[in-house]
Amino acid sequence: MKEYLEGIWVSISTIAIGMGVTLRHLFMPSVTQQYLADENPEARWKSQIVPEGFLNERSRMRLHVKIEDCIGCKQCEKVCPVDCIYITTEKREKDEAPIFASDGTAIKQRVVQFDIDMSLCCYCQLCVYPCPTVCILMTPEFEFAETSKENFLYRFAKEKPLQPPAEKRPHEPAAAGA
Amino acid sequence: MTTARVYKDLEPDSAYAFKPEDLEDDEMILNMGPQHPSTHGVLRIELKTDGEIVKDARPHIGYLHRNFEKHAENIDYQGVIPFTDRMDYVGSMANSLTYAVAVEKLMAIEVGERVKSLRVLVSELQRIASHLLAIGTYGLDIGAFTPFLHCFREREKILDLFEWLCGARLLYNYNWVGGVSHDLPEGWTDKARQFLGEFAPVIDELDDLLSLNKIFTNRTATVGIIPPDLAVAYALSGPNLRGSGIKWDVRREEPYCGYEKYDFEIPVGQGRYGPIGSCWDRYYVRVEEMRQSVRILHQALDKLPAEGDVHEKVPKRVKPNPGEAYARTETPRGELAFYIVSDGGLIPYRVKGRSPCFVAMSLFHEIARGEMIADIIAIIGSLDIVLGEIDR
Amino acid sequence: MAMKRPALEAKISNFLSPLVIAGAGGFLVVIALLPKIAEMIRTQLQSALSPTWASVVNIALGVGATVFLVAQLPIFLIWFERKVAAHVQDRLGPMRVGWHGVLQSFADGIKLLFKEDIIPEGADRPLFRIAPVLVIMGAFAAFAVVPWGHGLIISDLNIGLLYIVAITSLGAIGILMAGWASNNKYSLYGGMRSAAQLVAYEIPTALVILVVVIQVGSLSLQDVIASQSDGLWGENRWLLTRMYGLNLIAFVIFFICGLAETNRNPFDIPEAESELVAGFHTEYSGMRFAFFFLAEYGAMWLVAGVAAILFLGGWVGPYFSGPLVFFLKTLILVFVQMWLRWTLPRLRVDQLLALCWKYLIPITLAVLVTVAGLSVPPG
Repeated sequence: MKEYLEGIWVSISTIAIGMGVTLRHLFMPSVTQQYLADENPEARWKSQIVPEGFLNERSRMRLHVKIEDCIGCKQCEKVCPVDCIYITTEKREKDEAPIFASDGTAIKQRVVQFDIDMSLCCYCQLCVYPCPTVCILMTPEFEFAETSKENFLYRFAKEKPLQPPAEKRPHEPAAAGA
Repeated sequence: MTTARVYKDLEPDSAYAFKPEDLEDDEMILNMGPQHPSTHGVLRIELKTDGEIVKDARPHIGYLHRNFEKHAENIDYQGVIPFTDRMDYVGSMANSLTYAVAVEKLMAIEVGERVKSLRVLVSELQRIASHLLAIGTYGLDIGAFTPFLHCFREREKILDLFEWLCGARLLYNYNWVGGVSHDLPEGWTDKARQFLGEFAPVIDELDDLLSLNKIFTNRTATVGIIPPDLAVAYALSGPNLRGSGIKWDVRREEPYCGYEKYDFEIPVGQGRYGPIGSCWDRYYVRVEEMRQSVRILHQALDKLPAEGDVHEKVPKRVKPNPGEAYARTETPRGELAFYIVSDGGLIPYRVKGRSPCFVAMSLFHEIARGEMIADIIAIIGSLDIVLGEIDR
Repeated sequence: MAMKRPALEAKISNFLSPLVIAGAGGFLVVIALLPKIAEMIRTQLQSALSPTWASVVNIALGVGATVFLVAQLPIFLIWFERKVAAHVQDRLGPMRVGWHGVLQSFADGIKLLFKEDIIPEGADRPLFRIAPVLVIMGAFAAFAVVPWGHGLIISDLNIGLLYIVAITSLGAIGILMAGWASNNKYSLYGGMRSAAQLVAYEIPTALVILVVVIQVGSLSLQDVIASQSDGLWGENRWLLTRMYGLNLIAFVIFFICGLAETNRNPFDIPEAESELVAGFHTEYSGMRFAFFFLAEYGAMWLVAGVAAILFLGGWVGPYFSGPLVFFLKTLILVFVQMWLRWTLPRLRVDQLLALCWKYLIPITLAVLVTVAGLSVPPG
């Protein structure tokens, strides 16, 4: 009999305490951030713990290559764990005018093909570290959704221009793997 | 030809699945299929039930197999780390830490003090995040919808801290062989302390809302009893083992990363509302572990060495001597271990991951007999499995 | 490419939201003025038609008004539930579809209308079709005896409470049919559990109604309200405050049984989302599913309304009376139902039945006997 009444008392008290917690939360402000903040796009990404924002420092989102700084060493291609970077280079002739990267390194190879297949990329950032001229980097831009898989093959080399807008580009099959 | 034969082995008349001809009267085969709101991943469980009571259970795994160990035989040592992240995707700092410790054992690298402290910091934060997810989804399985969102609100803070630190929210590639990938940014420790200050009352609120609720304890405290000898026989580890009353924690038994310097308790299940080893015990061990993690984090933040280069001991090329190494650590799910065999080249010869959730899943059929279908959900939730780790 | 909200969506939302909010306000105004409107219509009809025809048209209008009213309520209640759930969970709820989501119920309804009507292979087709009809009938037909104000009742049966208990049992048959006819093991589980639960919880419901009937002396709902006509103090005060707290216990038990009757959390094991996918209405899509949904919200309102009538005085308020008072009381009780849903985990089916047989029924019997002993025979 004692357990019977005790069971009833414990049930009622724990349920009442739980309901108290819920009621308190009903009147606390929400922590949701709404996505399409048309009024002020910059004000969107507040974190609860870092309100001043942190997205621009180390975020690993879309890859970008500053192709004029690339010296064609292929370190990023070797280190990529999922083989999503495809680089082809040709040796520049000795009689061509010397060109330099922005930090002064001489560029001895002509980069014919520098493709990154973003649909394979695993966002590990391992390609950023070995680059001697820091020309491949992960930018904080994350809204780069595409409607077809072919659009995810980013072509950076100057020989073939950077990706033209999707409407103007004919259907292209994915490049051959490394 | 060969493909057709392999597929035929997986058909229902293979030896493992239940056969309809073997059913007695009143028995029914219920398939909790790979797509189910409560099985924490793509897990398929076949239940032979008599009404609501389960007579036998057979889990089928492999729906998330991604050839991790085969990939590891084709990629250099540092490149395997993103793959280890994806094994247990809920607690990925812990996976990469285990792998890094194993390779450092192979190469006899001793990392600096600051690296060790950073590793402890992120491991304990990851433990809190993983347990928050486990607790939240467990409440969801039992039917309490609100604690799930409260837990995820706190988890968002941890994920924001991680994103500030290394740029990613869930799959970090943070623990490298010989060091870590990023040092702490300016102001991170203050925000981490602020988070800990806000988080400690939330655990108590969670107790009020979910853990001590009579309906919850009725659902979970008499169900899924794992006797201690069964747990030890199956080599269970982590909160599942400690829920059965056995005080075993790899951080105490075989300390790594300087864990011997930190002062923390090891919570075990005490059978507060039912027999020891019930689902409630395992769940409450996780809640208590979060409290202990907060304690460790305060100590780690206080004892953080002021300087130290995190890339100091990272080798240019990871080329260990031929040999083998086995390293185990305490992840939020249990004792994860990596066994690495090197043949002297740049690419590992063999990487084997010993997953704690696999062990928990293999124990499942022993404790599922005689329970009701609603209890099966409670049991799976309390074992806290992540299919990425079971299937690798 | 940052996403911006499409201009057309914003225009539609900004145009329709004020209309919906104004409509809801107009709704409340009509409810408040309902006695006067009903009186006007009654006098007009009596002067224009013969007595029998006047009463027929009156009842027909009453039926039409009640059905319209009770069909509009889920639209508001679904939005209210989603907002309450969201704020309890520290989030915002629907915000896009209309101002703060007021158009969400309409959008969901239109979506359900457009869905394909799937009947699974091997399902029992006639039963599959009839099941939602029975469930919604069980919820809505009981409103025939629920009074909204003085004289605002379709039919003041002198066995009103018995009628309510009987009609809501029809919903149980509908759920059982839905579970069986879907040709799906999960639905079958949901249906069987629900049948056991509903049948078991009829008993404490009936016993609590007996507690009220002993004190009132009649099964008619208008009489129940008439015996609470003094508001909070006086000889004929609200039943909740009488009998030294025994009626409070009876109220709580009635509330719990009502939750069980409408399959709400913590008793929603038949439609337990995380266990049985969706229980007995797994295989239903489109408008058929909408029927189950409407039936759940209608039944929720019915349970809250009957609880308000039996214990809180119905449309008789402490300071002023009228349909608006009844509406407010019912809304508060519906809010409590939602509050419970988002707080508590669910009970396993054998614990649910143990709660009923081992706890609710003995306590209700004890309350019944004590109340019978304490109350003065009427008349």
